[in-house]
Amino acid sequence: MSGIFSENAWLKVWTYRGTFGLGLLNTVETALAGVVLSLVIGIVLGLMATSKKRILKGISRVYVELIQNTPLLLQICFLYYALAFSGHSLGILVTGIISLGIYHGAYMAEVIRAGIEAIPKGQFEAAESQGFGYIGKMFFIILPQSIKIILPPMVNQVVNLIKNTSCLYIIGGADLISLTYSFVTGATTGGAYAPAYLVSGALFFIICYPLSKLASVWEENLKKRDQRVHMVISRRRGKKVA
Amino acid sequence: MNNWMASLSILQNSSIWVYILKGVLFTLIISVIAVVIGILWGSILALLRNYCTQPKNRIFKWLATIYIEVFRNTPLLLWIFICLVFCPCPRLFERKMFGLTSVETKLLFKAAVALILFTSSVIAEIVRGGLNSVSNGQFEAGHSQGFSTVQIMIYIVLPQAYKNVVPTLLSQVITTIKDSSYLANVATIELMARVKKVLSSANMYNGTGNINVSDVFVLFGCATLIYFIINYSLSCVVRYLQKKNKKAPKTAAAE
Repeated sequence: MSGIFSENAWLKVWTYRGTFGLGLLNTVETALAGVVLSLVIGIVLGLMATSKKRILKGISRVYVELIQNTPLLLQICFLYYALAFSGHSLGILVTGIISLGIYHGAYMAEVIRAGIEAIPKGQFEAAESQGFGYIGKMFFIILPQSIKIILPPMVNQVVNLIKNTSCLYIIGGADLISLTYSFVTGATTGGAYAPAYLVSGALFFIICYPLSKLASVWEENLKKRDQRVHMVISRRRGKKVA
Repeated sequence: MNNWMASLSILQNSSIWVYILKGVLFTLIISVIAVVIGILWGSILALLRNYCTQPKNRIFKWLATIYIEVFRNTPLLLWIFICLVFCPCPRLFERKMFGLTSVETKLLFKAAVALILFTSSVIAEIVRGGLNSVSNGQFEAGHSQGFSTVQIMIYIVLPQAYKNVVPTLLSQVITTIKDSSYLANVATIELMARVKKVLSSANMYNGTGNINVSDVFVLFGCATLIYFIINYSLSCVVRYLQKKNKKAPKTAAAE
């Protein structure tokens, strides 16, 4: 193990802590912007998928299938090289944000669609019968009910998005993983493999673990509450029958 | 317009097709191997995490939990880099194989190990979901029939758990095929890496002397199409299985 216990290697990492800080900052920035973009795309496409218009449904279906069935790395390369060779380069971080937003937007759309479809049809009809318009119906009746179904898988998607910022490496990225790699292979800084990978892995873990734990605990609580509700309902029904 | 014709002429070059299709084969083989080993190793991890609750072997539960959580919460690329440095490579893979140089087979082996380690942590969670869906009565029934715990796992619990998670496991194959494109960062063997390599030397094939935007669209368009065809057909199978699984309990209740 090259240097996990060597003081020198750890000192080197500590001297260049700015590199890791910059990488972390870039990763977090990219992830945050990517999350916002993917939420926008996800909400629009999710609503399109649950609308009654066939053409809107079709567009959203095609988008989701096309994006979900091709790798993110291919999309990021496609975008970056297409822009670069036509002379409109946007810079690495912006390209990364756009492709992360597009890719995870498709997943968010599926999550939101599933959440809306889980709401019983009666709720839609009731809202319409009370004279709600489309926006009012969605915002006051449907989304508040589906948000608890939507949020846990959505947090999981955010975790995936944070991990996927490592994709930026292939276009010469500036994120945590890429900077770590250039740190350990650099001519003057190289060699401190174990400490550097340990540090960047730990940074990712510190960000991602609380989020994914939150998602799983949340989901379990929801399941338990649903079971309790079902039990109560079935008990009441049982009494009536009796 | 000329540029487009020139780019399309790349596709008429049969040796490029052979090169790319070999990449497809590598992508598929690596993903299938990763998922198969991932299922074995992931099942062990899931069993350890779920059922090692007695105080004397609780340590296995904690080890499995740490393994799963660490791998699930760090990016695959990090593990590929780590394996490139630290993963020992057996002699068997240090020679020319499958039309690759010995350096490339070594890279392939190390990167594939990273993919397997990463995939197994995800599969462990999937299998655990399946195990949790098996009701407690099954264990009690098994014990009452004189099965030992290991026998209960192998003959009663695991078959039911696998049956429940087949669609999820299949969609994990799709994810693994997509994840295997991360190997393009280090090794020049699978589809993504090969397409990128062809692009970087496209000026030699298209006859115009330099790389144009149209080359990007044609080559990456091809790669997109290939990935899409493979993954979409798999996801159709997943959807069919999910529909079937949903229908099954209903018919059982009707009887």
